[in-house]
Amino acid sequence: MSTYAQKKGVGAVIWDYLTTVDHKKIAILYLIAGGFFFLLGGLEAMFIRIQLAIPNNNFVSAGLYNEILTMHGTTMIFLAAMPLLFAFMNAVMPLQIGARDVAFPFLNSLGFWLFFFGGIFLNLSWFLGGAPDAGWTSYASLSLASEGHGIDFYALGLQIAGFGTLIGGINFLVTIINMRAPGMTYMRMPLFTWSTFVASALILFAFPPLTIGVFFLTFDRMFGANFFDHTMGGNTIIWEHLFWIFGHPEVYILILPSFGIFSEIFATFSRKRLFGYSSMVFATVLIGFLGFMVWAHHMFTTGLGPIANAIFAVATMAIAVPTGIKIFNWIFTMWGGSIKFTTPMLYAVAFIPSFVMGGVTGVMLGAAAADYQYHDTYFVVAHFHYVIVGGVVFALLAGTHFYWPKMFGTMLNELLGKITFWLFLIGFHLTFFIQHFLGLIGMPRRIFTFLPGQGLETGNLISTIGAFLMAVATIVLLVNIVITSVKNVKVGNDPWGDGRTLEWALPSPPPFYNFKQLPLVRGLDPYWIEKMNGNKEMTPAEPIGDIHMPNNSFIPFMISLGLFIAAFGVMYRVDHAWGLPVLIAGLAITFGSMMVRSIKDDHGYHIHKEDLLEDEDKGVKA
Amino acid sequence: MANQQPTTGNPRVDIEYRRRKNAEEMRYQVITFSLMIFLTLMAFAAVGFGDFSSWFIAPFIILLAVVQVIFQLYYFMHMSHKGHEAVQLFLYSGVLVAAVTILAFTTIIWW
Ligand code: HEM
Ligand SMILES: [Cu+2]
Repeated sequence: MSTYAQKKGVGAVIWDYLTTVDHKKIAILYLIAGGFFFLLGGLEAMFIRIQLAIPNNNFVSAGLYNEILTMHGTTMIFLAAMPLLFAFMNAVMPLQIGARDVAFPFLNSLGFWLFFFGGIFLNLSWFLGGAPDAGWTSYASLSLASEGHGIDFYALGLQIAGFGTLIGGINFLVTIINMRAPGMTYMRMPLFTWSTFVASALILFAFPPLTIGVFFLTFDRMFGANFFDHTMGGNTIIWEHLFWIFGHPEVYILILPSFGIFSEIFATFSRKRLFGYSSMVFATVLIGFLGFMVWAHHMFTTGLGPIANAIFAVATMAIAVPTGIKIFNWIFTMWGGSIKFTTPMLYAVAFIPSFVMGGVTGVMLGAAAADYQYHDTYFVVAHFHYVIVGGVVFALLAGTHFYWPKMFGTMLNELLGKITFWLFLIGFHLTFFIQHFLGLIGMPRRIFTFLPGQGLETGNLISTIGAFLMAVATIVLLVNIVITSVKNVKVGNDPWGDGRTLEWALPSPPPFYNFKQLPLVRGLDPYWIEKMNGNKEMTPAEPIGDIHMPNNSFIPFMISLGLFIAAFGVMYRVDHAWGLPVLIAGLAITFGSMMVRSIKDDHGYHIHKEDLLEDEDKGVKA
Repeated sequence: MANQQPTTGNPRVDIEYRRRKNAEEMRYQVITFSLMIFLTLMAFAAVGFGDFSSWFIAPFIILLAVVQVIFQLYYFMHMSHKGHEAVQLFLYSGVLVAAVTILAFTTIIWW
């Protein structure tokens, strides 16, 4: 099985990735697929901004605009931001805790393929009669009234992708609870691992409400149920609650791992221990808890009544406290550090003021009475882009530069990286800062055009120019990736020179078994501790021995493919006779594959001690 | 838990202590088992005999069910033993989230 040193043909590489259960390869799959959807969502954003660049524009029609807008939001949240974070979680978290893989490698692969097929299904709507058009929130009265199959694509695609996310989250939880290396106590875990842990817990609790909501929607639209139809005794508000009980934790599922990435970057490039480590952990967990108590701040204007609004307003504002703790800790980490302004560090430094602005507008929106003015205006659009772009996307870009060497063994070009950063930063503020004021003047959200002479022209034009700057920045990043990959200059274990956590003690990229010997962890930032003690490597915690590895498997792909096919059956059953057989065939593939998995024993294989020692002679250090 | 020695591999396990511990455990299980049967009978009785209003019966049965779940978790699934902290944390977090949801649905959506 030790074929890792030899060159392989293209077909073999593709087959390898289709069947892989290795967390590092699954990370690359998430990065590629998430990156693809990010570009797609970005393209949709450009269409939105072009349409709104001038008043009375007819670049796209009103109906098409709704579809583009909906797909932009849905794609960015479910198919770009979350999978890209999953990419870094997969790539880095097992290394950070000193594990050889995640707890359930098979499920890891299944999670990816479910997300992938869900995303493809959703996007096939463009070619099969029109995309969903009820917004990424898909409020029930609107989405039940929507004609064609757009919303069906939304419901079924999200259902499949959502299963994948849930599986991924549970897998990370079990991994962190059970697979930490000797000495890696909870309070020695790097913050990225901690935030992965809390975000996974949020996934565990937040996705079931979404699953239920989407099931109701599916049944209302495709099987004649009436959960949300008030004329039949249903209640349309239930969708809003279920969606936001999921939806607000969802924004924390995105931002917490981003905080984690930034925490690593701040400590690394300030060359200092993270300030207030335990308060950071505490704040992360607290944000996780409070994240479940505030969902109704998205529904202040629904008519919940003053008492409910007041409770949720206070709870919402309370979240600003742990968030503030984190902001101060990052600043104090930099304070007195010997700071190195690498590309990731630039993003981290720019993140602080950008995110704080988003937080401040968040507290403004959280004041329920004031929200009656802001709600459904561009002010809200500005708010959530400041937190999502200024927080999550900055973290993703920073993480791409920071972890690229660990994932691929090459360094992205720093000059191009900095050009990307400046273009993106300027473009971002240009695009979204002005939208605060557009909103306050009264420009409603989700409109496909506006009239001249209402004071909205300049703001919208500036906003569109900013969007173009961000697009250019993204293109520079792509060029950077291509140049770096073509040059293919390999780097060593710790290419930034200041690595603190376990992943930097390993070669870039690490061997497929990660650790030849599990490392002994002697404190927070274990690799830094060893370096400070003059050691070049981690102290091993065990003698060299055989390593048990899982076999590759094609079954996750088949299980997901089955659901993908079944989803077409569910959707077309309503208007074609062949729908039902397709539904049954798809489910048969899924359950058949699961059956094969349960019946056939797969014990994996062992890498033998002798092979490991031989590797060492050839210079493959672990 | 990765660095915790499995207790069974230890040759110096105090057999006598183990036996006493097991006997004690067994006694608790028998007691809870009879209590659980008793609670079940109570639930049936509440519905079958006497005419209580459904406003009493439904909360009463739910309360009994909660008690039974706690018995089940702590005495039969050993949640009181060491090494179940993570399980407890997640169980109670789940209960909390679900409770908040139910509270919201019953107060601001339906009534
Ligand atoms: C200090 C923390 C935050 C507060 C107080 C806050 C508050 C709010 C409030 C009150 C709204 C509803 C506004 C309205 O519709 O009228 C809102 C919307 C939104 N927030 Fe936040 N927020 C915070 C952090 C975040 C973070 C970290 C993210 C994402 C990473 C985020 C993403 C969003 C999104 C996507 C929406 C719009 C949802 C929609 O209606 O489509 N927020 N926020
Ligand atoms: Cu929210």
